[in-house]
Parts: sequence; C-alpha cells; structure tokens
Amino acid sequence: MEVNEKIAVEHGLKPDEYQKICDLLKRVPNLTELGIFSAMWNEHCSYKSSRLHLKKLNTKGKKVIQGPGENAGVIDIGDDDAIVFKIESHNHPSFIEPYQGAATGVGGIMRDVFTMGARPIANLNSIHFGSTQHKKTKNLLRGVVKGIGGYGNCIGVPTIAGQTCFDQSYNGNILVNAMTLGLVNKNKIFYSKAAGINKPVIYVGSKTGRDGIHGASMASAIFDDKIEEKKPTVQVGDPFTEKLLLEACLELMSDKSIIAIQDMGAAGLTSSSIEMASKGNLGIELNLDKVPCREEKMTPYEIMLSESQERMLIVLENGKEDSAKKIFDKWNLDFAVIGKTTNSKNIELYFEKEKVANIPIKFLANEAPMYDRPWKKTKVPQKIKFSNNNFKKLKFNDVIKKMISNPNICSKQWIWEQYDHTVMGDTIQKPGGDAGVVRVHGTRKAVASSVDSSASYCYAHPFTGGKQVVCEAWRNLVSVGAEPIAITNCLNFGNPEKKENMGEFVECIDGINEASKYLNFPVVSGNVSFYNETKDKGIKPTPTIGGVGLLKDYENIISMNFKSKGNLVLAIGKTEGSIDQSVFAKVILDEKKGPPPEINLFNEKNNGETILKIINEKLALSVHDVSLGGIMIAALKMCIKGNKGVKFYKFKGLINIYQYFFSEDQGRYIIEVDKNNLKKVESILKKNSVHFDLLGETTDKEIIINDELTFTVDKVAEFYKGWLYKYMS
Amino acid sequence: MNSSVIIFPGSNCDRDMDVALKKFGFRNKMVWHDDDKLPKSDLIVLPGGFSYGDYLRCGSIAGKSKIIQSVIDFANSGGLVLGICNGFQILTETGLLKGVLQQNKNIEFICKNIFIKINNSENKFFSNIEKNVLELHIAHNEGNYFCSDDELKSLEDNNQIAAYYCTSDGKIDEKSNPNGAIKNIAGIFNEKKNILGMMPHPERMIDQYLSGEDGSVFFENLIRNLK
Repeated sequence: MEVNEKIAVEHGLKPDEYQKICDLLKRVPNLTELGIFSAMWNEHCSYKSSRLHLKKLNTKGKKVIQGPGENAGVIDIGDDDAIVFKIESHNHPSFIEPYQGAATGVGGIMRDVFTMGARPIANLNSIHFGSTQHKKTKNLLRGVVKGIGGYGNCIGVPTIAGQTCFDQSYNGNILVNAMTLGLVNKNKIFYSKAAGINKPVIYVGSKTGRDGIHGASMASAIFDDKIEEKKPTVQVGDPFTEKLLLEACLELMSDKSIIAIQDMGAAGLTSSSIEMASKGNLGIELNLDKVPCREEKMTPYEIMLSESQERMLIVLENGKEDSAKKIFDKWNLDFAVIGKTTNSKNIELYFEKEKVANIPIKFLANEAPMYDRPWKKTKVPQKIKFSNNNFKKLKFNDVIKKMISNPNICSKQWIWEQYDHTVMGDTIQKPGGDAGVVRVHGTRKAVASSVDSSASYCYAHPFTGGKQVVCEAWRNLVSVGAEPIAITNCLNFGNPEKKENMGEFVECIDGINEASKYLNFPVVSGNVSFYNETKDKGIKPTPTIGGVGLLKDYENIISMNFKSKGNLVLAIGKTEGSIDQSVFAKVILDEKKGPPPEINLFNEKNNGETILKIINEKLALSVHDVSLGGIMIAALKMCIKGNKGVKFYKFKGLINIYQYFFSEDQGRYIIEVDKNNLKKVESILKKNSVHFDLLGETTDKEIIINDELTFTVDKVAEFYKGWLYKYMS
Repeated sequence: MNSSVIIFPGSNCDRDMDVALKKFGFRNKMVWHDDDKLPKSDLIVLPGGFSYGDYLRCGSIAGKSKIIQSVIDFANSGGLVLGICNGFQILTETGLLKGVLQQNKNIEFICKNIFIKINNSENKFFSNIEKNVLELHIAHNEGNYFCSDDELKSLEDNNQIAAYYCTSDGKIDEKSNPNGAIKNIAGIFNEKKNILGMMPHPERMIDQYLSGEDGSVFFENLIRNLK
C-alpha cells in the first residue's frame, strides 16, 4: 500500500506531522514505518502535549534513586532496600471492554515494576465511574472490579488500597488507574538503557498476536458513537503467563546476564526496542521472522504494533543466551533471539530477507513533536454565602443517613472483598483504612501507600485542587503512622487541544508541584492520559496521586478504629467551616458552585508532623484524617470500624454547627486519646502551635449530638456498608 | 519434622506456607512440580494459588502433573497431606478427596475472614486442638464444595467432614456460609483421615499484625501432634 497523507491521518497523525516525517526521512515512509511513527508520535507514547509542563515537576529528593523516565520510580527505604512504584491509566480500553481493560492495566503496571528487578508486593487502584443513575455504570463497575481482581488475585500480589468515585462527568469515560509497589535491593535495579554493540536482543514471554494493534493510538483519541468498533484494539490479559514471566525474569536477574530490559507495553515491540536503543544511543536490528507469533501470516506492520500482553525485550550479555533460555524453558515461556544492537543509530527491520524499515531512532524519540498548547487560566470561583436559613430545616439524623450512605463516602467493601488483599502474608493494614500497609518481608519495616483524587476540587479550581490531592496523599500516609516519602501521579484529563482542558492540566501540575516541593514529597513516576472525552464532553480534571511512605518499625502502625469507650476524641487542625464544594453542599444543600477549600501548606506540614510525633510517642489510640464529609463523617467511620459510639460535647463555636461538622477544611485529623494522656498530647500540640478542638468522647454504641441520641453505631454501619451491596445486587 | 511444599506453575501461596511451616518448627523444602521424587517428609502441602492459571478447571492440570503420582503414593501409604484452597481443588481432581469445588454462589471472588467449626478432631490434624471454632481467612473464586448425595452420606457416615463454616460462636447456618458450599462444608478428609483439604488459609493468620492468629493455633497443634 502506498502511504499518503490520508492514510497518515487515519493513523492519528496530523497533516503537518506527516509532512514532518517525510521531511525528516527525505522520502515517503512505507506502511510499517508509518505505523511505527504513528505509535511513537501519538500522545500516549510521546507526551507531546504534556512534556513541556511535566519538566516542571519536583522530582528530586534525598531518597529518590530513580525519578521519572524509567519504567517506574525508585526510592530508598534504608538497609539497601528500595521501593519501585508507579501508577498508570488504562481508561480507554476499560470503557470499551471493562474486564480485559482493567485486567491488562494491572498486568501492565506490574510488568513495569518487575522489569526493574523488583518483586511486586502491593497493588492499588483508583477507579472513577459515571453517575450511579447512568445505565452503564453498574456493568462497568462490575467488569472493572472483576478484571482488577482477576489479574491481581491470580498473580498473587495483594491489592491493599484504592479509591472509587462516581460523578456524571465520567459517564462516557471511566477512569481505571492501577498502581504497583515492588521491593528490590537497591544495588540490583535493572534499567532500560542498552549498552554495547552486537549484543543479542531477546524476546521472552507470550507469543505475539493481533490483539491491541494501535492500542496506544486509541488511547490518544476521543470517543464517538462507534466506540464499540474499537473492541479489537483492547488487549487480552493472561495473568498466569505473567506470573511465569515474573518468576522467570526475577530468576534471570539473579545473575549478571541482563544489560537492559523493557516490557512491551503501549506500542509493543516498537516502543520497547526504540526506547532501549535510544537511551543507549545505539541502533537496533530486528529480524521479525524470529518473533514468536500466535497467529499465521502476521505482517511486519502487525508484529511491530501488536500490544499482546506479557512480553519482554531484553538485551543480554554475549554468551548468556543458553543459560537464559534454560530459565525460560523451565517456565514454559517463549525465548527467541530476534536481533542485536548496532552502531547504526537506526532501527532496521528485516522480514523474509527484505529490509522492511529503516528509521533513525532520534526521529522517533527526540524529534517527536512537542507542543506548547494554548491554555486558559481558571479564576477562583466566588464563595457562596450561606446563612443560618440554609441549615434551619435540617435534622442530624437525616443528614447523617444521607451523607454516610452517599456513593462517594460509603464503604467500598463490596469492591475490595473481591480483591485478594492478604496473599504474601504481610498485609498489616487492609483496604478500608487511610492507607494500605505491607511489611517489608522479613524486616521490621513496613511500607504504606494510598491513592487519591479530588476531581470536584480540581474542576472548581485546578491549582488549588492539584495542591489538595498531594496533601491528601500525605495525610493518608501520616494517618497510619508512616513518614511520607514520594508520589507517583496519573494525570487524567480531557482534550489538550481545547484551551480549557489544557489550562486545567497546566494549573493542576502547578498545584501538584507547589505542594510536592513544600512537603518534600517528590514525584518519581507517572503517566498522562488525555482525550478522556466523549462526543465533546470531557471529564473533570482528575490527577490521581499515589503516595508511598515508610514505617521504620511496623509496631508503630496505627489504625482509625476507635479502641474503647471513655476515651477523648480530638479534632486536630482548624475548622473554618468552608462548605463550598463539599459533599454536604452538593448532597444536602444542592449547591455545586464555589471554590474548593483553601490549602495552607504550612499548617498541612506542621499538623502532619505533629501527628506523627504523637503517634511515635504512642499517645494516640487511633488516627484518621478528615476528608470528604468533614469531621462528622470521619468520626463516624472511626465509630463504625471500631464498633464504638461517640458523644460530641455541646457545640460552642461561632459558625453553624452543620458547617462545623461537615466542612472539608484541609489539614485536619481526628485522634482518640486516653484521658490520662490528654495533658501530654495538649502540650505537644501547643508546643507546635497546632490548633485543636476537644470534640467529645467515645461511648459503647451511642452516637450523641447536642445531648440527643441520633443513631447507634450498628445503624450507621448499616447505612455505611449497605449502600453499595444494595446497588450492585 | 520435615515438610514439603509443592510448587506448581501459578502457585502463589507457596512462600506464605513455607514461612508458616518454618515459623512453627517444620524443616520445610520446596518441591518443583516437574520433579518426580519427594524428599523424605512427614507432611506434604499443596499450597494455594492458580496452578496452570486454573484455565481448564481449578486444579485439573496440576492433578496430572509429574510430581502428583508421588504425592498419591505418599498419601496411600498413610503419609500426611494437606491441601489449602487450590491445593484442596487439586486433591479433588486427583480423586484423593471426594467431590468438587464449584464457583462461589455469588459468582464473585471472596477475600475475608470467616469462622470454621472443627467437626472431627480424632486425627493428626486436629486432635487436642485448643479451640473448636477458628477464625481463618478465605480468598477464592471456586470454594463452593459440592458432592453427590451418596458421597455426602458416606462423608458423614465415615466422619470425613473436617470443618464447617459457622458464626463466631460456632453456629452452622446459611448466613455464615460464604460461598454456597453444601452443608457449609469448609474442608474434608479422606477415609483414613491422613489427607485434609480445606478452603481457608491458616498460613495467612499467624501473627497479631495480620488478620488474626488462629492459623497459629492450627500449626502449633499440628506439629505437636506429629512429634
């Protein structure tokens, strides 16, 4: 087939991009070459709209071993141990085929982590769906949860935490973001940079099929009515093969045979081979006849663009082929020498004795387009004026019931009970806590991790929202007693060619960056997902932040459940009563406008560090951060998890009691303290100038507000736990 | 005491079992499915996981693997065999245990704490155990035990039902049945009671920081009985 502009446009390239290809090559590319360009130059692989802004991110820190740019980020957790972690989106495939889309999302991110030599020790996920009233939501939720479970459960890596959000802006574009943490010896990390000429290039794992061809291009396009036709571009996952691949790769990594290794993710063999060669400033020659294929008569074009899962590309030391092959034979996996590194600095492909492609690698990597897209700033919305009239008719019982059973607040047990969260025998905080915690096997250390997003805040004001998500991740780690170390981000946005969406992206990044710098909480890895848009309707800007922290001794872990009756309950941090953009404003007052709560980074840091002091001195019995639904919901969750009640002392504040209890002011925590320890806790708080309110005390079962019994904890637990089960049944 | 844990491709609780056995005093060896001989052992464990991806039927391919004949011979000569979760499924596939494990009644994977009531403690696994009701953990998609009426009758007549799912105070009722298993059956023995298959994972409940400690009760008792 003769290549022309029309075919290039069908591949998702813009006419001027096609012209640039012809200019660079000084000729018209053939179809295979065009396919390779389109795969490398699409948004998903080239980050052409985001690169300019991602450069601004704070990626440095004392504990950062590897920042963005590799398969995953790496941080130092002491004693030669390092944690490899990353979050990645699999949004577009999951909307089209929820089970396989979500499953291969989990598989892909785990591969990114064990490619670096790390054994995966925990999975997390952040999933966003449309309105609970939307006809597709239930099936998508069911399929995504089954897919995540189907993959992670089979591999045997615990899913320890997650986040689920419902909002109508995701009606046509759900989000599935998967995160994996792996453990590695910091002296035995593997990278993707090839080195040396004439080194064998090895293909291992599953055979190549026709699935997923142009998956990365699909992920770089908006959806329309014909979305169902894109089903063949969704990859099919095989977790069993991945488990074998994991064990085989880790076995091979125990000696010194590997020079470079890269998983075949988006754009398959194309991007993996080009990336390794490009990083090593080398050329690469592949003989496509040698690639193990699952289907007959696959063309070079198809082989290069297939996104079949569970495959790896390795550059090996000369002479190590036989010993390496033995390992893959043992695990019943394909192993083929398919090429070598060269000094040509080109990618050269051969098929049936003919040269079928020859492209200078720099054209595909460094010369890929980079755009400074126009963007629009978002003004801070005006504050909504609430008066006492807004609250006059409210009754606590009604409000509590409505809030605690709200889809975005209620228990997600229906979801996480379908994930194996205890395999590997080191999960010491399971899902449902502020962060998941796993022990570093065989040591006193433990790693905490959480994922967060706050699309409503980011939509109202992207800069504040961006800051807020980072703070929320920080707070969740602090709440289990971990010292926060670093983050990974998954930036889910609409169409970057629209200046509103691009503006959301730019300002969210600025917000993330400011908080990340202030909190010394660097970004070490991440991924961007644009074009989350269907028929002109984009999603709310949704940066998802995955945080990782360390507990030096897991005995210091703390949970949110109230421990016994008669203890004091303290709210840490100042409550201003701002309810704009809160769940309360939306659900109870039907008010969706206004600015998100303000972020005071000094207070955020100071409050968090003070909480850690209190935890480490063993003065807190339980800790929980205050987020959606404010103090009331935070306290009720602590009641439910601990099967205790709470008696709130008579409220004496100047603001309305509803504003006090339901505002989503930032930087706050609730802690439970033994009465005998109050003085000590007070003195630490005062010494660090941290504001606190004495809220009340724990009871046996009763939840008492203004001296009146509202509910027993059993009843509230029913509202909290029941909603999702009922919805899904 | 010597134990061996068989690793099949796709096993994923093999390490957890190794950790647990060693913690309670076993000298444990890992055995690859493609080996044909077992090391000298007082206990053979088939661990949980997804052997061969469980793609055909749970445990069916593992039930035909090379090492299995040695396991069958070992069991037939009276050796102690324990199959947990996928291991239980494999044991039913080999015919060493009766019945089958179907998909959970709610057609979902279930990962949570449950309680089991030990039904027969006149055997090496449970004799002298200090608690009659144990809180353990399940994590499976196919744990819904089923067998024919005749098989059920013979299981009952020979006292081969090892444990039932129950409430925290030992009541065996429909509500405490997590997966739809017939008669709330969580685990069964062979006729001679030297083979135990059960869905719950004791190896995930072996210290205070995990979901519970009743797994310790199980292993401590087991090694005591073997000494």
